Amino acid sequence: MSLDPDFRHGCVELIHGGGGRAMRRLIDALFLQAFDNPLLRAGDDQACFQVAPGRMVMTTDSHVISPLFFPGGDIGALAVHGTVNDVCMAGAVPLYLSAAFILEEGFPLSDLRRIVLSMAEAAREAGVAIVTGDTKVVERGKGDGVFITTTGVGRLPENVSCSVARVAIGDRILVSGCLGDHGVAILSQRENLEFEADLRSDSQSLHDLVATMIAVDPGLHCMRDPTRGGLAATLNEIAQQAQVGMRLRENAIPVRQEVRAACEFLGLDPLYIANEGKLIAFCAPEQADALLQAMRSHPKGRDAAIIGEVIEDPRCFVRLRTGFGGERVVDWRSGDPLPRIC
Amino acid sequence: MKYIDEFRNGDYAAEVARRIHAEADPERRYRFMEFCGGHTHTLFRYGIPDLLPANVKMIHGPGCPVCVLPMARIDAAIELAVRHQVVLCSYGDMLRVPGAHRTSLQKAKSQGADVRMLYSPADALRIALENPQRQVVFFAIGFETTTPPTAAVLLKAQELKLRNFSVFCNHVLTPPAITGILEPAQQAGERIIEGLVGPGHVSVITGGGAYDSLARRYRTPIVIAGFEPLDILHSILLLVRQCNAGRYDVENQYSRAVTASGNAKAQSMAARTMTLRDSFEWRGLGWMPHSALRIRPEFADYDAERRFELSPSEARENKACECPAVLRGAKAPTDCKLFATVCTPDNPIGACMVSSEGACAAHYSYGHTR
Repeated sequence: MSLDPDFRHGCVELIHGGGGRAMRRLIDALFLQAFDNPLLRAGDDQACFQVAPGRMVMTTDSHVISPLFFPGGDIGALAVHGTVNDVCMAGAVPLYLSAAFILEEGFPLSDLRRIVLSMAEAAREAGVAIVTGDTKVVERGKGDGVFITTTGVGRLPENVSCSVARVAIGDRILVSGCLGDHGVAILSQRENLEFEADLRSDSQSLHDLVATMIAVDPGLHCMRDPTRGGLAATLNEIAQQAQVGMRLRENAIPVRQEVRAACEFLGLDPLYIANEGKLIAFCAPEQADALLQAMRSHPKGRDAAIIGEVIEDPRCFVRLRTGFGGERVVDWRSGDPLPRIC
Repeated sequence: MKYIDEFRNGDYAAEVARRIHAEADPERRYRFMEFCGGHTHTLFRYGIPDLLPANVKMIHGPGCPVCVLPMARIDAAIELAVRHQVVLCSYGDMLRVPGAHRTSLQKAKSQGADVRMLYSPADALRIALENPQRQVVFFAIGFETTTPPTAAVLLKAQELKLRNFSVFCNHVLTPPAITGILEPAQQAGERIIEGLVGPGHVSVITGGGAYDSLARRYRTPIVIAGFEPLDILHSILLLVRQCNAGRYDVENQYSRAVTASGNAKAQSMAARTMTLRDSFEWRGLGWMPHSALRIRPEFADYDAERRFELSPSEARENKACECPAVLRGAKAPTDCKLFATVCTPDNPIGACMVSSEGACAAHYSYGHTR
């Protein structure tokens, strides 16, 4: 029997994680070819690379998503984008990634190949090299197809220091684009809900947008990508960490019409919906206009907006001036978003 | 967004708010109860109370299907999932509501029970068709709005002669709930509200005429309102005008969706499959006669209460929890000692804190009062 993986009809088997020839051939035929770079090709158990003097940043993230393929992306690209963006949010230049796969016995090799090629493409686009990795296989029923953990390393320019510790009263709050695209695209697939609109995930690496922003304002105070829990969770987290309040203007927050419509239909609030290709930035008020202009000049920041400012508030509330003229608190979400009954 | 942006326009809102300020008599008080949880949610989400004069107060009513379901019925659903090991299909909000011993369907699920969240009863029917070896139960809750879809699956299940599908019926009715709130006050010679923002989605089914006798009997104006913020603000203006004129009519602000007689087909489907219960327990309002529906004997094969033996519940409400008084409009969420201390959306003690349409959750999540 051939041990070469059959990428048309084959499935992941326990033997692919067993440390024997079958595993080696899967790694050679798939991962090495897709991610090909000198460090990976060296074949050692670790990647050895030269670093420039200065500060490095490192982050790690596990990616678990259902469905694995969705409009606008898949778990592979997402695993790259998520970690690259976490590196970028420090104002750093992403350099290297590791990738660990937990595969479920029975998962089609054709789908695995699709995911890995998508990862490779996303890494190339973000200018990072996947230099080390790992593969494990769990028995059928003990996984959810594929889980991917990626760790990212990047280099921080000398004059950059993006941190929640620098968020200050008076800071302006900017978002890079329309909110909720990713979460609604996933939800529409997961729940078999059919929307007429073409909703696609915003999954993308923000390395180039961040570079543009840093060039204009190297003193940028803080950046975060509003992933799980959306804008609301991210701002509440920062408000708590920095012990400040925030005031937002609902009319200024960009949300695509299709996303608003889908959220209306499901009884959800776009402020709480996940994003995978957007960022929130905090900057000194005098930098805000220049930063906004720079963001809007970049394709990934075309719909950027100044959505509010940091205020003094010992209770650390995020408040929203509604388009209707009232004010409300934007609180943390409790549990998963649940659709309304009637 | 066509048909939505028009109802969220801040300039129109400012104009309607100006009229309310101009027409509300500073010497009077206007306490208006919004019956629907959906209205409560909209009020807070758009900050509508900020736009009202100090003497125009909104009081939250019992119109959240999750909030009014007593603990015993939640325990029964958990028992179906755990002891009878059925595939228990439920609307999302019900999963987190605590039953006895602080358990919930969500906790039962994490311990191995097969509990599935769905958007439509039709999904429960599909699950039954796909799993002929499993008993599948749909946990049906809600007011007149959600009754017709349940009726539709009962009819379909009978047509398909399904042997592994049943409905745990907890549908409740709006007019008895309004009576349950207004009657005790009337008997005591008190007035607890000056007007009622009538239910929107419910009225699409029942028709506006369902409330005529209530408005007359309790001399309380009712304005049936849509769920957009401008709908509610406009309905408040109409209520202020009725109060000022000493009228107590049923007015239909939600005329784009609600007619006088309602949806005849939906009413007929519900009537074919369900009938009045003699009495049903409501959280906050107690046992009320003819206030809920059960499945008709002709559909007994699809009635989970007949198919499965259910134990009496040991459920005891937390004595400090003020959900019952909040649901009757007798207390505000902030009057409860547990509010925002022990009871939060992350650790809900009472049902009003669980559902996003519950008065306590809306106060907590959107309010300034914490």
